[in-house]
Amino acid sequence: MGKLPSGAFAMDRDGKVVVSTLPQSFPESQMREIADRVMAFFKGAQNAQMPLHELNVYYPSLKVTARNLRGGALIFLSPQTLPKS
Amino acid sequence: MGSTVATARSKILLVDDDQDFLEVYWEILKRLPSGPEVHTASSGARALALLESDPFNLLIVDLNMPKMDGLQVIAIARRKYPQLKIVVWTCIADEQFRARAYGMGVDQYWQKPSSEQERQHFLDSVESVLQREVQGGFRGVQSKSLVDLIQLECLSQNSTTLRIKNGALNGRIWIQAGELIDAEAEDLKGEAAFRQILGWKAGSFELLPGDENRPRAIFSAYQALLLEIAQAMDEASHAGVDGEPLQMSEDAASPLMGLTRFNGVQFILSVGPKPRCEIKSWGLETPDHVSEWAQESLKSFADLGDWLQVGPLQQVTAMSPASHVALAESVKGDLCVGFRSTLKSDEVRETMRNILAKWTS
Repeated sequence: MGKLPSGAFAMDRDGKVVVSTLPQSFPESQMREIADRVMAFFKGAQNAQMPLHELNVYYPSLKVTARNLRGGALIFLSPQTLPKS
Repeated sequence: MGSTVATARSKILLVDDDQDFLEVYWEILKRLPSGPEVHTASSGARALALLESDPFNLLIVDLNMPKMDGLQVIAIARRKYPQLKIVVWTCIADEQFRARAYGMGVDQYWQKPSSEQERQHFLDSVESVLQREVQGGFRGVQSKSLVDLIQLECLSQNSTTLRIKNGALNGRIWIQAGELIDAEAEDLKGEAAFRQILGWKAGSFELLPGDENRPRAIFSAYQALLLEIAQAMDEASHAGVDGEPLQMSEDAASPLMGLTRFNGVQFILSVGPKPRCEIKSWGLETPDHVSEWAQESLKSFADLGDWLQVGPLQQVTAMSPASHVALAESVKGDLCVGFRSTLKSDEVRETMRNILAKWTS
């Protein structure tokens, strides 16, 4: 897998990409994969009586930020620079 | 100003964040035999403002609302308007919520009607509550213990100074914007004084204005301290020890207790490693639901990290106006921590990192 780009995309409640600032080389299947997990997170929180509006997922080389948009989601990908050892 | 009064025509305040429910039941409740005057509020804050400005006989309140939930509204309304009748109507089918609501002094607890028959039962019961004569006896602050009062003041985000007298002993507890900040009893200060005061078996207390200049000396969450003290008192009573100063024992506390001292912690849930997946929680009403969601979410995002080749999952944080949550995996299993919404995103992440370090150490 190549280097992840920085950008954002929005999915509607049906899992359709409605807008994206990511380069066209970034496959829609990857956007769906990320969005499915994000939307499952928000839905699960709602079911557990903990409605949540914003999500941050931290990895060593990527931060995923998402906002809950009435069943859909606005998702930001921010590649992180690993500290030099 | 706002209070509860007996009027010829009863006044109902209906509180729910679902506008459709409000509109439908505004119409329906108006047609009750007693012909009450029905007002609506779509948030807890709005409801409290209405209660402040107008006298009401009955408050009907949903539990699950953003920002200020129904239990918070009930806590404040019960304290300020002891004679106000309160009916909960909610979608939450959970015995713990029901018990907690009744413990706070609500008159009835209803699940939102889903059939015509249930709706009729609900309306009949509302009518009977309106018809019921005001009963004697104390409600509200007068019947509360010191622990109840501290919880109410903190929950209501109040600033106040509690002066407590126990015979010749005097103590003070300072609460600033809902945070327990200091206590003083004889020669003791801070947490030691707080424990000492709560160990007194009897006495009287009065509420004085808050002191915003009082420097903070207690940094633990008030829920954690109250729970620790309750456990210690329980142990002492079981051991037949009476009148001894309270000594907190880490061994006696739940394994999660040490983590509740971190700033802003509202609840903690841990799920041990497989295959046992032992669940432990503190401060949660429905740990089973939360643990299932937390485990699934952590696995899902860990898998995503593998798939995207961005390294192992470090932490998940999530925000809402009501509260924040952080999730993380460790060698000891999964950890899910709830935080006060007053914490910033960076503070949640940093605190969670520290909690994780302590938990795994």
